[in-house]
Amino acid sequence: MSTQAKVVEGPHLSREEVLRYSRHLIMPEVGMDGQLKLKQARVLMIGVGGLGAPLGLYLAAAGVGHLGLVDFDVVDFTNLQRQVTFSTSDVGRPKLDAAKERLAGLNPFIDIANYETRLTSSNALELFRGYDLVVDGTDNFPTRYLVNDACVLTGKHNVYGSIFRFEGQVSIFGFPDGPCYRCLYPEPPPPGLVPSCAEGGVLGVLPGIVGALQAIEAIKLILGTGDPLIGRLLLFDALAMRFRELKLKKNPDCPMCGTHRTITKLIDYEEFCGIRGEEAAAPATNVPEMTPLELKQRLDRGDDLFVLDVREPHEFQICNLNGYLLPLGDLPRRANELDSSREIVAHCRSGKRSAEAVEFLRKAGFRKVWNLKGGILAWSDEVDPSMPKY
Amino acid sequence: MAVKVLIPTPLRPFVGKRNSVELKAGTVGEALGSLTKEFADLRRHLYTEDGRIRSFVNVYLNDEDIRYLDKENTPIKDGDTISIVPSIAGGAGN
Repeated sequence: MSTQAKVVEGPHLSREEVLRYSRHLIMPEVGMDGQLKLKQARVLMIGVGGLGAPLGLYLAAAGVGHLGLVDFDVVDFTNLQRQVTFSTSDVGRPKLDAAKERLAGLNPFIDIANYETRLTSSNALELFRGYDLVVDGTDNFPTRYLVNDACVLTGKHNVYGSIFRFEGQVSIFGFPDGPCYRCLYPEPPPPGLVPSCAEGGVLGVLPGIVGALQAIEAIKLILGTGDPLIGRLLLFDALAMRFRELKLKKNPDCPMCGTHRTITKLIDYEEFCGIRGEEAAAPATNVPEMTPLELKQRLDRGDDLFVLDVREPHEFQICNLNGYLLPLGDLPRRANELDSSREIVAHCRSGKRSAEAVEFLRKAGFRKVWNLKGGILAWSDEVDPSMPKY
Repeated sequence: MAVKVLIPTPLRPFVGKRNSVELKAGTVGEALGSLTKEFADLRRHLYTEDGRIRSFVNVYLNDEDIRYLDKENTPIKDGDTISIVPSIAGGAGN
């Protein structure tokens, strides 16, 4: 009589997977049950940049069976200071291609689905419905509100992480009894008010810590173990090397998740955040401008132009046009150092801060002020390619 | 009452780069008023033109959000800590 083959039904681990995950399997907190939960989990990662790098690597390593990656960006050199899923040879490639390759190489037993698209109000709901859990690794306010709202509307949990320079925040939103992102921040800051532009910089390793914390929380939610950060805001200060925790309450008046909800569908998030048109908002001012070529021509001609550099001292050290350094933040107090009878050309790195400086000086009565269009970056492109870009 | 106000990174340029400021006040509102009087550049980042705390900035007394205590009238005890927690999104220019 033949022995009936044992039919394995449902999810199971192959011998190779058992070997791979052995360090999880021997822990009671994970075990075979937990590892199978990880294998069946469907996690959607919004963003595969600074936060997405450690997040993707650790979720893949842990054996999360289905990972969805959403990003539309291309790898560039400035990413390599912190986006550790990528190699130098990936510069110029779509981030999703490079990320999928790296994660699949780390763990070929998981499924990775790429969604090379900008997340918008027209695709978010359908995308989220296919997953159990969303991890927010984005880098701008409109998308954060979009992710939040789409999670609440589709009933998905949202593992939130954000960073700025040396500080990070982590929490979990989207549980029915817990807060959502709007409970914490009902409104975004108007553009230009909170100094959080790319010129602020970030310690490369910081998203490494915060993204890994998000991975831990995602894994805990999947396993159903430990105390997740629901109703808790974890704050990390890398300079002080301190973790703190604040209580997050569900706002009963929250228009998204409160008792009397008024928001029942996704909105125009760019409009909500006060940004119109392109996401890299050009300064919405009509300050007089001078192009780098014009500036060069006039300086070569011997014109008496006063070049005002409104960047920070550490930027001046990277590269400069030999201008008069007066950081934008100091301008109100030190404007008296400037001679309003002279023609002044203000510049910064990309032209945004200097536009503000020109607007300020014009309101203060200066009549001969120009903004160097595109800043020192444009000078490098158009006049002097030996000028380093940063 | 002696209170320590913790200043988050985005606002440190406006308080001479310090990460905390110690002052004396009876309520959270008084403490923030004192703070913005000493550091006038900080005011527009914390308050709207009509004197309300901006909705993308949260203020905590110890670990509780003042919105769920007595808002700016929340009394301070000696040794309390006020945290200012602005929304941050990292990365891209906004």
